[in-house]
Amino acid sequence: MGYVAVKGGTSAIEESIKRLRYERLKGKQVIDVEVIKHSMRGLIDQIMSEGSLYSRDLAALAIKQAEGNPEEATFLIRAYRSTLPRKYYSKVVETEWMRVERRISAAFKDIPGGQILGATYDYTHRLLDFSLYEEKIEEIKEWVEEFEKSLETDCEEISSQLPKVIDLLRREGFIDQVKRDDSEPEDVTRKSIEFPTTRSERLQILTRGETGALTALGYASIRGYGTLHPTVGELRVGKLPIYIDYPLENSDTDEDSIYIGEIQVTEVESLIPDVKEADNENGNKEIQFSIGYGICYGQNETKAIAMSILDNCLEKSHIDSPVHNEEFVLMHVDCIEATGFISHLKLPHYVTFQSKLDSARKIKKENKRDEKL
Amino acid sequence: MYDKEQPILTIKNLRKQFGKGCTICRDLDDKNIQKNFCPVCQTVYACRDVSFELYPAEILGVVGESGSGKSTLMKCLYFDQDVTSGEAYIQGYKNGNANIFAETSQQKKYIRNHLFGMVYQNPYLGLRMNFSSVGNIAEKLIGAGSRNVGFMTGRAQELLGNVNIPIYRMKEAPKNFSGGMQQRVQIAKALSNNPPILLLDEVTTGLDLSVQANVLDLIKKIQRDLKISMLVVSHDLSVIRMLADRTIVMLNGKIIEQGLTDQILEDPQHPYTQQLVHSLL
Amino acid sequence: MKSYNFAFFDEGSKREIRRATLKAIALPGYQVPFASREMPIARGWGTGGLQLTLSLVGKDDKIKVIDQGADESVNAVNIKKLIKNTTDVEETEFTEEATLIQSRHRIPEIELREDQILVLQVPIPEPLREIEPSEYITKRLHADKEYSGIWLMLFERIMKHGSMATGADHPVLVNNRYVMAPSPIPRFDNHKLNNSKALILLGAGREKKIYAVPPYTEVQSLAFEDYPFEVENMDDKVCRLCGARGVFMDELIDEETKEKYYQCNDVSYCLQRLNNEIAN
Repeated sequence: MGYVAVKGGTSAIEESIKRLRYERLKGKQVIDVEVIKHSMRGLIDQIMSEGSLYSRDLAALAIKQAEGNPEEATFLIRAYRSTLPRKYYSKVVETEWMRVERRISAAFKDIPGGQILGATYDYTHRLLDFSLYEEKIEEIKEWVEEFEKSLETDCEEISSQLPKVIDLLRREGFIDQVKRDDSEPEDVTRKSIEFPTTRSERLQILTRGETGALTALGYASIRGYGTLHPTVGELRVGKLPIYIDYPLENSDTDEDSIYIGEIQVTEVESLIPDVKEADNENGNKEIQFSIGYGICYGQNETKAIAMSILDNCLEKSHIDSPVHNEEFVLMHVDCIEATGFISHLKLPHYVTFQSKLDSARKIKKENKRDEKL
Repeated sequence: MYDKEQPILTIKNLRKQFGKGCTICRDLDDKNIQKNFCPVCQTVYACRDVSFELYPAEILGVVGESGSGKSTLMKCLYFDQDVTSGEAYIQGYKNGNANIFAETSQQKKYIRNHLFGMVYQNPYLGLRMNFSSVGNIAEKLIGAGSRNVGFMTGRAQELLGNVNIPIYRMKEAPKNFSGGMQQRVQIAKALSNNPPILLLDEVTTGLDLSVQANVLDLIKKIQRDLKISMLVVSHDLSVIRMLADRTIVMLNGKIIEQGLTDQILEDPQHPYTQQLVHSLL
Repeated sequence: MKSYNFAFFDEGSKREIRRATLKAIALPGYQVPFASREMPIARGWGTGGLQLTLSLVGKDDKIKVIDQGADESVNAVNIKKLIKNTTDVEETEFTEEATLIQSRHRIPEIELREDQILVLQVPIPEPLREIEPSEYITKRLHADKEYSGIWLMLFERIMKHGSMATGADHPVLVNNRYVMAPSPIPRFDNHKLNNSKALILLGAGREKKIYAVPPYTEVQSLAFEDYPFEVENMDDKVCRLCGARGVFMDELIDEETKEKYYQCNDVSYCLQRLNNEIAN
């Protein structure tokens, strides 16, 4: 019998995982995945959006497994996502066809189709509701049934095809006409981005970005480190139908596409005034608007607005400010990358540190020798 | 080493525009020198068909108001900006037959390191402010292929000494230096690899008068000692008068007059030059 | 939910990573961008190396994972566990038995052979990052072989400290073309890259880059003529366990005597010496 390696690492990990399980279970309470799915909409929406995978079920499972830690839950979803082959690309989705649940414009009071407040925290008072300690399932059921009954009579019409607010401005010539571009985008999860990036790549990175990171950078941009003063032209939350081409035959007609389900998204179109150099005779400068676009899975309104700000910032890369610098923004907003690199500092760095120490000692030694001379 | 009868640098029809141009300005009469900016598409025609020659050991002045295209000309020559079209040839470089604007980026790097020295108006463009002054010189020597620390430090000390940087400050970073000292470090850096051509872009602008005189004296001394050819850009006619053998006058991206400096100062032909000269007196 | 494919990834993803790897081998030292996948371990914890390993591993492979020289370091164990769970291939701690070795910050002391592949985990693949933050620009600097900046950085260190004073990750020139970050291996390991018999692959998951030192490729550590490259000084250090000299040592403090002592950093090497499995 010779020497054997100390198996410290393996058993340490096993014990640590056991301890982690104990921390999750020690209260002897178990939350059902179904309960998470139906009662933690905000967290689920955030995780679907950052995890870049539209599945309420998996998000709920991830939340349970991660004990509600959003960073960890997003991580689980992303790691699962990367094992899935991409089988189809959906057909282009027109957000005009959204089944709208909420829609507001900060630019115009009266918009065709009207403003729809929908479900929002915006006008709640942030007072802790102590009655929630005592919520009874029977009472809830009764309330829900009653509410749903009133829905049927109140509003059956809100749904299909509300015109986009920015189309009004576009028709008046305040927004540049652009060519439609439905070319298939590069998938940033299949081909890593190289700089300079295309807009579709930027939008993909931003929509997967961490809510807090996007909010912070968007905030920095409007507070002083950018030149933007955006107005929310339109914010809508609702469901979008997703179609794919009929997979077996080569056919381009719409009748042959297959409906595979719907996703809830938040979409924001921000209007940013740009002063255009004078080209009319009297030398007046004209104001035009450019659009900042934000979209993400679920109802994540702050994130979508921040994304629209950053989208516009990155279109104006000539402005010298970090939020207008695509490398600065795009390389640092991803939750998995940022948390991964920060947390890797916990790993041992014995060899690297030893190497640095050797250099430092050598310099010290030489300095001492120099002093003596 | 260089044939004195032949130009060391020949520029032919150098054009530089910012913007793509539009149907209106593309057809703009090129002789119309009133404007070099298209109000419709906002294209700037910074240099328009600039052609001239620089001879060995000559100081050629380029004078003109700001916006006349003289700084753009320098940046194009030093490859900081790509030209829109045009040619430039250097005596001795590939027998003077290679248009340097059409060279590969590796060759351009060689030309920048060996054939040109550049001194910018803004020392932040020419120096790494946080590196030591010796390091700044070494950067050029490294670019030219040296891998010997002893040689590079020696050479840097010699060059910095020549521009009167005291030896005890040579390891200091230029950000701690005064404006005049920074310009002197830039000059030392530009001379590191004994280039035959020195490009000086408004080197005394923004300096105190006494410091200006000091830097100008230094440039004259360098020219006398090294017999180096210089292209000196300035909006200031007194600088041109002091340094330049010959002078080019630029306006709106075009050369409107050129000749011996004395001749231009004594007997300007173009109305703009006349106005310029009179304002000096 | 369905279980995972062999080696975690779907076959399409593996093929994509291998394509990038082939390109990297064709261009020694060049950083090939690849679509780095999210992994079940965190970015920055070896996902670049892990993706290379998983894209290459076959059923007959024998795998060894080391972190800072140790097979039993928690992170090494964790990575090994993931590979094992998704492939069921054999593991080993003996360098010469392994066909595929994934390592963080060390190259094993035993010389590698032609039939072995070493995968190094890389935190920051760009050797020019310290002098140039922009990826757009560093890519162009590599294209032009414009390396004055990194030489200048070494020169400045000599100006300040009297020596290059680099720690781990001392930059190298590969095949006389690309300057490369060898990943934070100690300077002591740099020469093992030169003319290595084994294929060496380097993967950076977070930065989405793969690069390679193919077998028998010249790798020089950057150094000046009059300031030669110097490795960490191991001359007067002897391993307290196996008595080895001239290998990379960990510095430890005896808890009782409070005295400094040394031990081989490559744990499996030390163990094999103790068991007389390799020549003393």
